[in-house]
Amino acid sequence: MSAPDEVKTVRPLSSKKTRREILRSVAMGGAVVGASLFGFFPTIKKWTPRLRPPGAIAEDDFLAACIKCGQCVQVCPVEAIRLGDLDEGFGVGVPFVDARSQACDFSCDAVQCILACPTGALAQEIDKKEQVRMGLARLDKPGRCLARQGKGIKGPARGPKFEGIHRIEKIDRWKPVKMASYDYDLELCDLCVRECPIKGAISLEPMPEDPTGFKRTPVVHEPCTGCGMCEMICPVEPAVIVIDIRRKWGDV
Amino acid sequence: MGFFDSMKVMLGAEPQRTVGKTPEAIALHEAKRQIKGAEKAREIKLQHSKKASNKWRNIRWATLIIVNLLFVLSFRFDVQLVEGALTASRVVGFHFADLNSALQVMLAYKHILINLVIGTTTVLLLWLLLGGRSFCSWVCPYHLLSELAEKVHLMLSMRRLVMNYPLHRGTRSVLYVVFALLALISGYTVFESISPTGILSRAMIYGPGLAVIWVGGLLVYEVFFIRRMWCRYICPIGLTYGFVGSISPVRVKYDLHNCLHEGDCRKVCLVPHVLECTKKSYAEDVQVTIGADCTRCGACVDACPTGSLKFDIKGMDKLL
Repeated sequence: MSAPDEVKTVRPLSSKKTRREILRSVAMGGAVVGASLFGFFPTIKKWTPRLRPPGAIAEDDFLAACIKCGQCVQVCPVEAIRLGDLDEGFGVGVPFVDARSQACDFSCDAVQCILACPTGALAQEIDKKEQVRMGLARLDKPGRCLARQGKGIKGPARGPKFEGIHRIEKIDRWKPVKMASYDYDLELCDLCVRECPIKGAISLEPMPEDPTGFKRTPVVHEPCTGCGMCEMICPVEPAVIVIDIRRKWGDV
Repeated sequence: MGFFDSMKVMLGAEPQRTVGKTPEAIALHEAKRQIKGAEKAREIKLQHSKKASNKWRNIRWATLIIVNLLFVLSFRFDVQLVEGALTASRVVGFHFADLNSALQVMLAYKHILINLVIGTTTVLLLWLLLGGRSFCSWVCPYHLLSELAEKVHLMLSMRRLVMNYPLHRGTRSVLYVVFALLALISGYTVFESISPTGILSRAMIYGPGLAVIWVGGLLVYEVFFIRRMWCRYICPIGLTYGFVGSISPVRVKYDLHNCLHEGDCRKVCLVPHVLECTKKSYAEDVQVTIGADCTRCGACVDACPTGSLKFDIKGMDKLL
């Protein structure tokens, strides 16, 4: 193909043209660097705080160490991990978990995402789910909690249209099922405790003001890993129990 | 062109006309100067018997699409052949890490990560063997889109609807340092947030997001204002692989004998400064290997009507 570019190309023939070319280059280079620096706004202002996958190191280090390849996404059996978009600044391509729509339920047991990470952004020191600390569960709207109101739950936890999946031991130890396909029939809702994958992380306790009554309240304990299973399964809309991202036991 | 000259040209210097030519080259240049008039016309007619083909372009596009499809399909069907994206992956279990992405991560994170070192070494050796910037033209998905944008640009340019406003080639070298410093100082992999290679690779594998709008914008800009802007003047990935390619045995070789110096090769080339030797009386030797910045795309090999540009593997003739 004989391309006509040479004719219409602005060739740097004179020093004036060379100067124009240099000016254009400086402007364009500046524009590209400027565009890349836009990432600072969402990152520093924390526009989109994200729950990171198990084993994520400190947030700033995490953004630096992550090579944005999504290998963690590929190994997750419940597809809980998603990748950040343009609105997350330097978090473009960085993995996060949207617990309410699909939480990590440790279906894999061996923390596959950590093993998959090629850069140690998901810290390799962790080899048991109990060691994970993504955040801490917290009762956000206690007044609306079904257990605290003495109410039960019938049917699928999140309604028939919910897309989320979850491993239910009674059905299949390894294969997660659609939450919409599993019906509960509970006199008193205890889903957050019942489906919590970590032993001793959450329990139902008698109400302090009425210790002998039927009503119960969920209480989060130190083993909580912040995986978000309770946030996902909570049948109340919006969720009564939520994950405080990266909060550690003892933090206010 | 010597190694250092080739480096200088890659970093943005104008290619210099070499002074020290070999006696054979001088003799050949002189012989070519003697051929005139009818004799030349007959000669040209004879030489043009070979029609320009799209052989290498077709092979290359097929390779590029297959490589990217491997990533997509192996995730879609969960066969674990190629896991990850172009920035980092496991190929049948072996760590691979894109050299530029790995560099940005190491500069930002300031730790030596053993898996990353393994992945980087593997990829370094791979592209040392395969020609360095061949990553650009044979693998990078943005390169393919940019080639299509270039076709539109040239079509519009032929109808005088658009003009090309080239930048200085040194821009890329400056940006390379700027992005390295930004990663080092800010502690974030700043370039990764705008790299169309990573964005496109992830968009294909994990589904597109807002970031593809940025890539679309770049392509539109290339169509209307600057031909092949990103690949020619900006992308630090190209320079990283260019350094690797400077010592790669796979390269394009130019042969002075049959060349008619019509410049078809330079017109189709992404980096025409590497083809300076094809200009009349420029070649310093009868055979010249093309410089480090060459992406080994084979467009010049396809375009050359006289077969004067060919793929070559250093030392292969000695082996055989």
